[in-house]
Amino acid sequence: MTPPPAVFPPSFDFAFVSVEDVSRSFGRRRALSRVSLRATQGQILGILGPNGAGKSTLLAILATLLRPTTGRVAYGAASEAQGPALRASIGVLGHDLFLYPELTARENLEFFAGLHHAADAPGAARDALARAGLEERGDDAVSTFSRGMRQRVALERALIHRPRLLLLDEPFTGLDEGSALALVARLQALREAGTIVILATHDLDLADGLLDHALFLRDGRPAASLPRPDHLRATYRDVIARSRSEAGA
Amino acid sequence: MTPFTRSVWLVLRKDLTVEVRSREIAYTTLFFAVSCVLVFAFALVKEGRAPDDGAAGILWISVVFAGTLALGRAFERERQSETLRALLLAPVPRPAIYVGKLLGLIALLLGAEAVLVPLVALLFNARFFTHPWWLLAIVLGGTIGFAAVGTLFAAMLVRARSRDVLLPVLLYPIVVPVIIAGVRGTAALLQPEFEPGLVRFWFLLLVCFDAVFVVLALWTFETVMTE
Repeated sequence: MTPPPAVFPPSFDFAFVSVEDVSRSFGRRRALSRVSLRATQGQILGILGPNGAGKSTLLAILATLLRPTTGRVAYGAASEAQGPALRASIGVLGHDLFLYPELTARENLEFFAGLHHAADAPGAARDALARAGLEERGDDAVSTFSRGMRQRVALERALIHRPRLLLLDEPFTGLDEGSALALVARLQALREAGTIVILATHDLDLADGLLDHALFLRDGRPAASLPRPDHLRATYRDVIARSRSEAGA
Repeated sequence: MTPFTRSVWLVLRKDLTVEVRSREIAYTTLFFAVSCVLVFAFALVKEGRAPDDGAAGILWISVVFAGTLALGRAFERERQSETLRALLLAPVPRPAIYVGKLLGLIALLLGAEAVLVPLVALLFNARFFTHPWWLLAIVLGGTIGFAAVGTLFAAMLVRARSRDVLLPVLLYPIVVPVIIAGVRGTAALLQPEFEPGLVRFWFLLLVCFDAVFVVLALWTFETVMTE
């Protein structure tokens, strides 16, 4: 008999996340300038752009790690001021995987499940290891894992509390083709389950066909916002080239 | 257990587990502290005679220098894995993260002091253990005060470029009262004519400092950790 899923306390729920005219400066450097977006339940929104476009900054603002200099972020009817209740509804997979290399995969997952107030943190970790396909390596230190294995543990860490909003920053980095396709399938399943997925990536081939909406950024500014973009690589080139010529004009 | 105390316990247990596995900070802190004491011993102990009243100052200098090293290394470890961000993303009151890190640092420093105090007593012929409970009170009070301010500043500076330089520059002026009270209180224990009132005065000064700065840190931690 399959044990019941680990129970997390009910978190703050919301049907959409919206960013309204958000700018963010670091000293004199403007990292984001008047960016707006809206992502709803059961949607995968892509944030695309060259290096330094402001993708990671925008994700950090959505994750409540940074405050916008101007503008507003809303999670349904609420704002970042909800604090812990809101953070319980957000999962983040960043550039860095947010794992303790000295701890085992199981210990990492149990720790984060505990921070998310899981009634049964060991059970939640066990289930997460099973979903990652790493049950046999669960008691090995994360420092001994390959990049792909660490990415799988980190994804489960981000999803262990079943967040409403999932933020991913370059999630395909370091993954082999099989793992990358498995991640794409996982994101599609999350979309079907009603999760809001916001994903920043350079990997246009993997993102092609996956995104319900794409926001293109360049130098911190929105260059285009397109629903269900086709031929993503060509679209990306066109958008960025047009944005460059408009900036130069 | 309330959510706050549970979160504190999780962070503390995690830090202690990581430290037991790696032993990096414990070994470097202890090695540095013992080296400090030995340097002072070679410099100041002449023909088997230690300077009068030198032991108290040497003990606290070693604790402060070693503690600064421990603070820097503890948060550098979080910075390298970006796990401090993961802690800030968790749905726990952010002051609970501060308290968990603070207790971990206090445990580390008390471990180092368990070696340092007997070592200084031996090398400088200091009768620290004549009044052991007062000694424990002064050491504990001073350690909490130093760690309370240090944990806050180290967390604030974790993303700063010159954090290794900035930490002592910012920390030491603030913890001067702790150092003075620690040194004076410890020195008062070594006097031939023991004055409990004098020791109590320095101890209460440490308690006041600890209370003020722990409360201040709890109040400001959320703000300083959100950019």
